[in-house]
Amino acid sequence: MAYSDKVIDHYENPRNVGSFEDKDDAHIGTGMVGAPACGDVMKLQLKVGDDGVIEDAKFKTYGCGSAIASSSLVTEWVKGKTLDQASELKNTEIAEELALPPVKIHCSILAEDAIKAAIADYKKKNA
Amino acid sequence: MKLPIYLDYSATTPVDPRVAEKMMQYLSVDGVYGNPASRSHRFGWQAEEAVDIARNQIADLVNADPREIVFTSGATESNNLAIKGAANFYGKKGKHIITSKTEHKAVLDTCRQLEREGYEVTYLEPETNGIIDLAKLEAALRDDTVLVSIMHVNNEIGVIQDIQAIGELCRSKKILFHVDAAQSAGKIEIDLQALPVDMMSFSAHKVYGPKGIGALYVQRKPRIRLEAQMHGGGHERGMRSGTLPTHQIVGMGEAFALAKQEMAEENARIRSLRDRFWNGIKDVEETYVNGDMEQRVVHNLNVSFNYVEGESLMMALKDLAVSSGSACTSASLEPSYVLRALGMNDELAHSSIRFSFGRFTTEEEVDYAVKVIHEGIARLREMSPLWDMFKDGVDLSKVEWAHH
Repeated sequence: MAYSDKVIDHYENPRNVGSFEDKDDAHIGTGMVGAPACGDVMKLQLKVGDDGVIEDAKFKTYGCGSAIASSSLVTEWVKGKTLDQASELKNTEIAEELALPPVKIHCSILAEDAIKAAIADYKKKNA
Repeated sequence: MKLPIYLDYSATTPVDPRVAEKMMQYLSVDGVYGNPASRSHRFGWQAEEAVDIARNQIADLVNADPREIVFTSGATESNNLAIKGAANFYGKKGKHIITSKTEHKAVLDTCRQLEREGYEVTYLEPETNGIIDLAKLEAALRDDTVLVSIMHVNNEIGVIQDIQAIGELCRSKKILFHVDAAQSAGKIEIDLQALPVDMMSFSAHKVYGPKGIGALYVQRKPRIRLEAQMHGGGHERGMRSGTLPTHQIVGMGEAFALAKQEMAEENARIRSLRDRFWNGIKDVEETYVNGDMEQRVVHNLNVSFNYVEGESLMMALKDLAVSSGSACTSASLEPSYVLRALGMNDELAHSSIRFSFGRFTTEEEVDYAVKVIHEGIARLREMSPLWDMFKDGVDLSKVEWAHH
């Protein structure tokens, strides 16, 4: 399978891999989506400031190169965005940026789902 | 050392230079280019002689009579000819065939075709180590069973079936027994005078010979009859028409002759490479060998690396030419049907890699492979949420996943 240069770059040099120490911290929202049997699981964590702006993001992904690249990319994109702005990110933007082939579009959908799940978790904690 | 490193000898092998050298003498105007079927001039006689010598060399490796060797285009055609040919010829006696779920597609798809033509096929499930349980085979035999087809060595996991015992069982019930030996000829001893096998398929390109040529052993005493699948000039005693490709046949003969001479020494060398490789990676946590560790050929190691996704693993191992346990050609990953038949779950099947070593593999290449595996697995697990959960003692089979 031929990957785009951007996918290979994110795969070789993934940005923001890791987890935040204290996942019970009210500033942290965690989203985990996907299933091992489907071949990909993404965990995305957002650290949200008191002003509602995403200060930092980290990910861990079990999946193909496109899944790793999609999650790596969104950790870069969401930083500095408000939760509302972040929740407006569309999978099509991710797919376009990474030049994902049709069979890998589901990776970008998963990344979008991960953002939404992380935001939902943050909101639940702070409700 | 050249990259990528070829560790896919079970897929195919390079032609041995000694074989290529020989083949070149049977092509051009300066060589022996006649049609082996031409009876009226020396061009034909010379070509026929070359074919006869090669036929002897092939028969020699497996201790058969040269008159029992039928040339085909490869093991796929041999399997087709054996199974369809026998089923068609003996179909009046019965229409039940037994094979196994881990056979090569050339056997499975041939059986599927016969099912469409009104035959019934039983697909045996092997044990989790890949070996067929003889008792299960015996239980599957019926009065109308005419043919059993079981491979000698599995192409994916390298396990060796007990064809002696299976053959004896078939003989006792007067059922024909066909063996796909594409992966075993030249790798393990085969003695067709002693083995109760009626038909056996061979391939040249798995044994450092050229692609596009193979053979089917068809026993003479008692005589096995086959209905031809390719009709024409009546070559190969009517079983397979088509002008014999002299250079290919000479290549196969030479390759088989070399295998006979060098097999013992080569196996010892490859075994030590395989052991060196396994000793280098076996301490990687959650790493398993698929298929029986004892009853297997020395050049194959099929390994699962748990909690690492297959496609990213292949990317991490981009400097190694290996085969993966899944075919990532479609949106939904298809895990290997062989690994699945062993009862393996999809995730583990996806994270499986077949490493196969051969005549030109070096210690340096093995050491490099060990190094990139360590680095790649560590990196991907560092990135894997499943590995974290496993390390935290979470039972992943109990997690409710958000399916998408």
